[in-house]
Amino acid sequence: MEKHDFKQVLQHTPFHVRVEELSLMKSWSPWNGYQVARVFDTLAAEYFAVRSSCTVFDVTPMEKYRIKGPDALDFLNRLVTRDVSKLKPGRVTYVAWCNDEGRVLDDGTIFHLGDDGYRLCAQHHQLDWLMISSLGFDVSIEEETHDVAALSVQGPTSYSVLCAAGISGLEELKPFGILNTKIDDVDVMVSRTGFTGDLGYEVWVDPRHGITLWDAIFSVKERGLYDIKPIGLDALEMVRIEAGFIMPGDDFITAETAVRADHDRSPFELGLEWAVSFDKPYYTGRRALELEKSQPAKRRLVKLSVEGNKEPTDSFLYDAKNGQRIGAIKTNIWSPILKSNLAMADIDYKNGEAPTEIWAEIYYQKELEWKSTWARCEISDKPFWSNKRRSQTPPNRV
Amino acid sequence: MTNKTIIIIGGGHNGLVCATYLAKEGHNVTVLEARDKLGGSASKHVFAEGYHVAGLAHVIHPLNPKIVKELGLKIKKGAAIDTISLSEDGNHLILGKDSVKGGNLSADDIAAYKDFKKEFRKYAKALEPLTINKPPRLKDMDNKDKFTLAKIGWSLRFGLGTSSMREFLRVGGINIYDVLNEVIDDPQLKGAIAADAVIGHHMGPRTPTTVLTYLNRLRGETYGPPTLPQAVGDHFVEVMIKAATMAGVHIEKGARVKRIIVNDGKAGGVELTSGEERIADMVISNADAKTTFLDLVGAAEMDAMFAQRINTTRTNGTVAKLHFALNKLPEIEGLSNGEMSQRLIVAPDMRYVEHAFNHAKYGEYSEKPVLEITFPTLADPSLAPDGHHVMSVSASFAPYSIKGGWDQSRSVFSHKVLSLIEKYAPGISSHVVASEILTPKDIEQQFNVTGGHWHHGELTIDQSFMMRPVHGTAQYNTPIDGLFLCGASAHPGGGITGIPGHNAAKRILSMKGGE
Repeated sequence: MEKHDFKQVLQHTPFHVRVEELSLMKSWSPWNGYQVARVFDTLAAEYFAVRSSCTVFDVTPMEKYRIKGPDALDFLNRLVTRDVSKLKPGRVTYVAWCNDEGRVLDDGTIFHLGDDGYRLCAQHHQLDWLMISSLGFDVSIEEETHDVAALSVQGPTSYSVLCAAGISGLEELKPFGILNTKIDDVDVMVSRTGFTGDLGYEVWVDPRHGITLWDAIFSVKERGLYDIKPIGLDALEMVRIEAGFIMPGDDFITAETAVRADHDRSPFELGLEWAVSFDKPYYTGRRALELEKSQPAKRRLVKLSVEGNKEPTDSFLYDAKNGQRIGAIKTNIWSPILKSNLAMADIDYKNGEAPTEIWAEIYYQKELEWKSTWARCEISDKPFWSNKRRSQTPPNRV
Repeated sequence: MTNKTIIIIGGGHNGLVCATYLAKEGHNVTVLEARDKLGGSASKHVFAEGYHVAGLAHVIHPLNPKIVKELGLKIKKGAAIDTISLSEDGNHLILGKDSVKGGNLSADDIAAYKDFKKEFRKYAKALEPLTINKPPRLKDMDNKDKFTLAKIGWSLRFGLGTSSMREFLRVGGINIYDVLNEVIDDPQLKGAIAADAVIGHHMGPRTPTTVLTYLNRLRGETYGPPTLPQAVGDHFVEVMIKAATMAGVHIEKGARVKRIIVNDGKAGGVELTSGEERIADMVISNADAKTTFLDLVGAAEMDAMFAQRINTTRTNGTVAKLHFALNKLPEIEGLSNGEMSQRLIVAPDMRYVEHAFNHAKYGEYSEKPVLEITFPTLADPSLAPDGHHVMSVSASFAPYSIKGGWDQSRSVFSHKVLSLIEKYAPGISSHVVASEILTPKDIEQQFNVTGGHWHHGELTIDQSFMMRPVHGTAQYNTPIDGLFLCGASAHPGGGITGIPGHNAAKRILSMKGGE
């Protein structure tokens, strides 16, 4: 990494030259110390592009760590709540990890890179926690956030676009698989992963060759084959809620940042029990999680659809109209494709059971006048939106 | 809860105390000691053929009287000794329990010393309810914790009374340097008391909390006067072993534990270095916390932050132990033969002690160390051949981690210590027929104590009471079910007191079904 310029608060990603060119709104947001686009032109166009064609999102700022050494797997299995001992080379898995008290510190993905060890991707900076967790393990841990650039290529035509961009071998690549290949003579790693709930890939590259990768992908558009749209954080927020993916720091406070007792969350409380294993060696937080599992659920982060067209931003939730308060909306969007208000909400359980009725009290403005209304809500056990092409192998060429 | 199979790792005196208590309640207790002798740093130590010292601990206070009584320990008391602070001009200072004489003391200082000792012993006594019980948890207290807190509250408030309690709260967390400057004028007297506050710790007189470490030392005085250990036949250790054996404890020497077996978060026994596995319902470790958790259990079996907390406790020792075999008892100007059998110290003033500590901060041994010197053969002539003597010296500061390593410094430091003694006992060097220096590194290796620390970890406030060794394992039980601590790294710390072993046993006996 170059010397830090203190006048430049936010760094540019290797794709910034192109991003800057294409950004009409010049609407930026900081993300892990990088300057990233929130919206390129219009949010609606970017949103619909994810669901109907092919989009490119610069995912470089995501925290990345390379873990190597004889104990790398044991270290990771002690770190995370899921059993990752069966993760095969060339595969990716979703994981979350906890502090000693069994409260979630962050979530992310582990890439098994074969002889090159493992890559752990995280939402937030985790190096200190990884170093603390490495006591007693023969591992090396290196932060590679700035040494690996990545583009997330997502949407129904993403497969067709990447094939047209010259990537071969994609037809065999299953969801959560990894493919090492070349694009315009540049080494790239493609993983069939993403944050949209749709068919999609993430393409990883040496930052020095970032522009080559970008240009190779966008050449498909220039050749008039497929439309490709760069998207920003705002569109991603919409599709990730539709897909039911949680966002540490937004949907819940991570254990490291929570100050008040009981404000942090356990994986059970986030609906991640499927990623908690008690059938593996000890891991951090296990004792606390075993205890929690033996007790009735106190609360859950749920996917909530809210009736009507008023956005339930920050709304309190009640067990009846004017009833008892039982929770609050954490994040919410209007889903254009489902024509519905969708939310992530924190809900108190009673005697281990979800409330039978949930009502949101929604405050909204009409020409600067505040009004309020009640809207019935329903918990969704499944992602609000999914499409079978997400897991179809080989994907259809369209 | 009776008739459990219990393994105790480490046959130091705390391990033996704990074992005896548990065996008396009908448990099937085995003590596994890695060395070929029991008693740890209280056991007789041979440093040259025919020359012994009574132990690493060469000045001891009586064990806690409650333990002595409950276990029926018949320990022969040695003669009470005073502390003599040596002066180069031969005008030494003799410090007794409440009286002090010699030197150039004013009548005011003599009175001030008496008042100071009485007042501070009161504080030490007031803390006793906290000492002899498990330190109360602050969260999820049980009745016992509430009772202990009530007792300590009562003891401080009504035991001490208003003005003493106010003074205790004022000085409890500060340094001995400031406190002594308030009450005493004589530099040598202040130096002698300050040395007592810091010896065994990585602290100088100006270090905060040195009042607390001084009170810890005075606690021993509330149990009885200091003595040179009666080493005939390793008397102290023999008494402990006898009590344990009578209670039904099974003791094995030369049985080094390689690891504590943990199944599904529960201790199930130990594996010895021989490869042999021993199954047990409960494992109690008298080893220090780092050895127990990081070496014997392994960080992987614990939560990451807990392992980190254990790993970052301060456990580096600061005292070297030197042993000299002498073909003749040296003469110290101004000391009678009887006075030679007292505890002699070199700590002429507080600045001297602080300067000695300064070196330790930067990974150096003290150019002018603080010394504690005894002649154990004056209490027990059998420790050396006829007419010969041994001299036992604790030299501060000799930090565990030293620039360039101890291999290149050990003989230089040893020489420095002897040259310093030579100033008070001219010609002593020519009588040395053999010698040994145990740096904290050597103590770590030979006595299986991480860092070679006297107390298995610094006795600072952040490593005391309900935070000793760290919170999460401060009540003798550990995050691993069925695994307990009973050694000096647990509350209330080191010294030959038996208290950690007693408290651990009481804790275990009060838990229902292993809780």
